[in-house]
Amino acid sequence: MSDSGRSATPLSVSPNGADQAEAIKAIRLRHPWRNVVAVILVAMLILFVVDASQREAYGWENFGKYIFDKRISQAAGYTILLTVYSMIIAIILGVTLAVMRLSDNPVVKGIAWLYLWVFRGTPVYVQLVFWGLFATIYSTIDVGIPFTEPWLSLETNDLISVFWLAVIGLALNESAYMAEIVRAGILSVDKGQDEAATALGMSWLQTMTRVVIPQAMRIIIPPTGNEVISMLKTTSLVTAIPFSLELYGRSRDISVVIFDPIPLLLVASAWYLLFTSILMVGQYFLEKRFSRGVGQARPEKAGTETGAITLKTGAIVAPGEASDSSTDPSGKEHR
Amino acid sequence: MTNATTSGAPMVHADRVSKSFGSNEVLKSISLSVPQGEVMCLVGPSGSGKSTFLRCINHLENVDAGRLSVDGVLVGYEERGDKLYELKPREAARQRRDIGMVFQRFNLFPHMTALENIIEAPIRVNRVKKDAAMAKGRELLAQVGLAEKEDAYPAHLSGGQQQRVAIARALAMEPKLMLFDEPTSALDPELVGEVLDVMKGLAESGMTMIVVTHEMGFAREVADQLVFMDGGVVVESGDPDEVLGNPQHERTRAFLSKVL
Repeated sequence: MSDSGRSATPLSVSPNGADQAEAIKAIRLRHPWRNVVAVILVAMLILFVVDASQREAYGWENFGKYIFDKRISQAAGYTILLTVYSMIIAIILGVTLAVMRLSDNPVVKGIAWLYLWVFRGTPVYVQLVFWGLFATIYSTIDVGIPFTEPWLSLETNDLISVFWLAVIGLALNESAYMAEIVRAGILSVDKGQDEAATALGMSWLQTMTRVVIPQAMRIIIPPTGNEVISMLKTTSLVTAIPFSLELYGRSRDISVVIFDPIPLLLVASAWYLLFTSILMVGQYFLEKRFSRGVGQARPEKAGTETGAITLKTGAIVAPGEASDSSTDPSGKEHR
Repeated sequence: MTNATTSGAPMVHADRVSKSFGSNEVLKSISLSVPQGEVMCLVGPSGSGKSTFLRCINHLENVDAGRLSVDGVLVGYEERGDKLYELKPREAARQRRDIGMVFQRFNLFPHMTALENIIEAPIRVNRVKKDAAMAKGRELLAQVGLAEKEDAYPAHLSGGQQQRVAIARALAMEPKLMLFDEPTSALDPELVGEVLDVMKGLAESGMTMIVVTHEMGFAREVADQLVFMDGGVVVESGDPDEVLGNPQHERTRAFLSKVL
């Protein structure tokens, strides 16, 4: 007995011990292959790191020189601004579109559908190029009654800077995805909730803001977090506008000057990784906040950007309703 | 809005009410009357239209034909001249404030504690001050025997406790009429009693109630009027002892033989 030294559980003595069966003391199943695989993987990783640290092409000297360069940290600021502004606009617009899609008015519903069709059906890069040409297509923005002399005519270029074109371009694209996420969240809330609030005399707006949306948040938050992380990276595409003061654009510009592209790509990647890591931590706490009252449910490991919607079906989601949200709002292709 | 309610006048009056979902006629010319302060129990097999009728009373569904009024006021419509006008959402909401409803599946707001569930509508809809609403809410929780549960979320309450909170939530709006849609059907058998006790207390306090139920014992004890519905029509109605003890209709007898 003592040679195994691996008793499964400490022997528990019950009060009326005599007829208690002896606790099982089995020799644990060994998994030799797990160890082998682990050793191989770790060895490969060490090899890669050691090799990379010595390889000329990575240009670690330049990496060290530029990682805290003032231009880069300013660019990081622009990246954050682009992300924050476009997400704020996208969320507001997304909620509006989601409500429009759930409207009883067929015209309103159709227009929301049309919007989603266009903005989800074309690549964000192409959309950004279009926004870059906005001033070419609409050289002036006129205010007045259609088909009459405008009261006010403004040069587009004076009105909207390249930065705001980038924000608008990113936001309009993102709002289409946010709309689907919000819609899935709203649909996941049991219809009985709506009825209970209505029966209490609450108005549509009160029902939405006090009862439906707070519950939908639990479904909306995880994919929205993924969207923020995704947006942070998508900002690198605004060079299409062209706007190049953000992280990727700036590091490309510098690398062109010093004829050494790789270290600056590493610099940009390091900054992106820093931001996404911070966002993931923030998302964990947000999910915790919005799972209030759902039994002992704890947020699952924050989904990575693969963005499988985590449907923690609590008591609220009726089986029938749950399938509605399987439309997987975040199931978009990687951009 | 009439506020002069003479005792004895019907709280709920249905005059040949019909309702269809598509081609499915759920209510066929229902005529009923519930006097103020009385308890009416609606019984019948599932699909007989009991719940739909209840939902029509607070305009969760609208009526296709006939007239349905609560406390002398037409539900969901306004009659001007010889035309009926659909009510605006705000006016419909105002009508619902005076009608409490308790659902089979409780429908408590899961993201709010028991007390928050109760004070939500008084604060938002009736613009009651938060302190006053909370005092009233605690009083109601005590009334349903859950004084110590005010900070519990619905997920941490048993079914019976949830339903009692739901009753307290409806009462917080100080309704003049309470509707119960199979309030004990989703409960484990041992939890049914605690909910029925609360409802009995409410009936004794003089609340006008319409209860859709399968609890014949409760109906016999509490109801002033028992209505048996089947296939969208009122088959038989009257004194509960009379209907349950000496049913006149074959359909009533067949149903009662299964549930009693």
